[in-house]
Amino acid sequence: MTVESTAARTPRRSAGTKAGTTGTKRTTNTTKKATGARKSSGKSAEPALVQLLTPEGKRVKNAEFDKYVAGITAEELRGLYRDMVLTRRFDAEATSLQRQGELGLWASLLGQEAAQIGSGRALRDDDYVFPTYREHGVAWCRGVDPTNLLGMFRGVNNGGWDPNGNNFHLYTIVIGSQTLHATGYAMGVAKDGADSAVIAYFGDGASSQGDVAEAFTFSAVYNAPVVFFCQNNQWAISEPTEKQSRVPLYQRAQGFGFPGVRVDGNDVLANLAVTKWALERARAGEGPTLVEAFTYRMGAHTTSDDPTRYRGDEERLAWEAKDPILRLRRYLESSNHADEGFFAELESESEALGRRVREAVRAMPDPDHFAIFENVYADGHALVDEERAQFAAYQASFADADGGK
Amino acid sequence: MAEKMALAKAINESLRRALEADPKVVVMGEDVGKLGGVFRVTDGLQKDFGESRVIDTPLAESGIVGTAIGLALRGYRPVVEIQFDGFVFPAYDQIVTQLAKMHARSLGKVKLPVVVRIPYGGGIGAVEHHSESPESLFAHVAGLKIVSPSNASDAYWMMQQAVQSDDPVIFFEPKRRYWDKAEVNTEAIPGPLHTARVVREGSDLTLAAYGPMVKLCQEAADAAAEEGRSLEVLDLRSVSPIDFDSIQASVEKTRRLVVVHEAPVFFGSGAEIAARITERCFYHLEAPVLRVGGYHAPYPPARLEESYLPDLDRVLDAVDRSLAY
Repeated sequence: MTVESTAARTPRRSAGTKAGTTGTKRTTNTTKKATGARKSSGKSAEPALVQLLTPEGKRVKNAEFDKYVAGITAEELRGLYRDMVLTRRFDAEATSLQRQGELGLWASLLGQEAAQIGSGRALRDDDYVFPTYREHGVAWCRGVDPTNLLGMFRGVNNGGWDPNGNNFHLYTIVIGSQTLHATGYAMGVAKDGADSAVIAYFGDGASSQGDVAEAFTFSAVYNAPVVFFCQNNQWAISEPTEKQSRVPLYQRAQGFGFPGVRVDGNDVLANLAVTKWALERARAGEGPTLVEAFTYRMGAHTTSDDPTRYRGDEERLAWEAKDPILRLRRYLESSNHADEGFFAELESESEALGRRVREAVRAMPDPDHFAIFENVYADGHALVDEERAQFAAYQASFADADGGK
Repeated sequence: MAEKMALAKAINESLRRALEADPKVVVMGEDVGKLGGVFRVTDGLQKDFGESRVIDTPLAESGIVGTAIGLALRGYRPVVEIQFDGFVFPAYDQIVTQLAKMHARSLGKVKLPVVVRIPYGGGIGAVEHHSESPESLFAHVAGLKIVSPSNASDAYWMMQQAVQSDDPVIFFEPKRRYWDKAEVNTEAIPGPLHTARVVREGSDLTLAAYGPMVKLCQEAADAAAEEGRSLEVLDLRSVSPIDFDSIQASVEKTRRLVVVHEAPVFFGSGAEIAARITERCFYHLEAPVLRVGGYHAPYPPARLEESYLPDLDRVLDAVDRSLAY
């Protein structure tokens, strides 16, 4: 499912040109319109969020965003469901593989499937994604083989796929760094006169990072075609969002001069619609958008974390009732978009995926020792050459000793 | 065509040539556009190449380097300016965790042809954070290449080569030498970027330096010559990699080595050179490798910098100590 832009394609503005001012003005106008339409920055304790599917699986109308999913077919809806189920199955398998000692660590996306699949399926092939280290669902949408995501968690590499193969950049572990890379990439897209868009994923914890604030500044000043997709999963390891911000995160955008919107992060349709809207803005030369997907990290931060030390079961239970997969299933069933056969087939497809991932990980060989010295530089470096030779001689000394026996 | 020009002008001409040769080259930084940079190194470039190729950025160093990385991923070759040495640290995270490591992280799939220009070093009577020499903090990081020209001709050619490099290059510009003029032949065929050059041949002792200290070492060699001592002066030009083969060849001849840099000697590049040359030339050395550089103290207020920075007498003192062994 890709999105074709319907907006007029205007020439890109870049670095401080006179025309860039116009772009900024237009952005400001859109801000007003966007926030006005939602009336969400008022005094209510919890700001309104964009929701198209209730937790009970009921389709609700939304004047502003319905049009972005108006033509969605039953097959496409089943596709979104399938993506979420398979992503969750893959994620569960990876968690198990960590427990079995096959992976050193795993960062589970459990609970965030709708945010990732909804936004991921809004993208076009020529768009570019800059993920954190938890965007397994987005990777799935981009066609990155899930087994390739596991290399870094097994410890055989630090990133096992070609970023340009699927326009899906490597996982970034340093919190928030990738938002600047996305912004720079988007500045390049604009310079090229292309109408692709860029999307940067980050979390509620990252929103405190200076790099994220700088990315907001740069993207606004240069009117870069980038969507900032913040999955607010409520927890940055043990710290709740209140430790990061006094205002709802999406409202941060206003101060930078571009629109921000909060979306129900567990509603795949709403994430699809809102991300399409934001991408269209980017393509149309209207600059950056902040999307805050309000969701929940159902599991631990990573397999090394123990969430019982900092949060209670009630919270988790409340969010379980809003489960992203369950609500789409209810909708599919109530609207007769899927039958038992579909769910049964998906079940066996899930198991097959789990098996494939398991087998692939177990078969994943340790890298050659000399990989330490590979790709340190593109054009080589005398010291690396020297140390590689020393290392080789050292290794060979064991072979000599063995041979001498 | 050979022409006499100041070091700052040589970099300007080199950037101009790079911008002309490759539409993917972009120059970015604080005040690099209309103003032409606080040292005028980018003077006139925005006027001639436009605001989308010579980009005035927000005052955010991490943002400058971070977006340069993104531009490089898109196929651009950004040359970014950090206004002063002491201002690079907000960008240190992006340089160390991202710029240096992304090529390896991608198993060689992506390249990061980013040049980070940093005017560095003291001797200009500046306020705090405007006189530092942080090259060792970058040389310690695999994935980066570190160079520093000492004269206008090298500045011109090394910048050409840095822009063409597919690896990130931290380009340390000796700001107190910006106005020193030298002949620049823009049609010469330059030697490799990371090789040292014998500036002056000698037989009694080798002085090794780079950037602003090369001129000082030449002056020291002149002074020593009056006392009948023949000093060889090596311009290292590159701090990562360091051309140890050239230093070794020189030390095997002179048997004595003094390394001079403005940066503090503690964990400085001189320490690394001393360790490696001791290992390579142990049986040739007549004296331990000595170092002349800054002290383990914050860079002092301008009225004290003459006491902090290596000068002729401190270099000659080290020469005397080495020769006394």
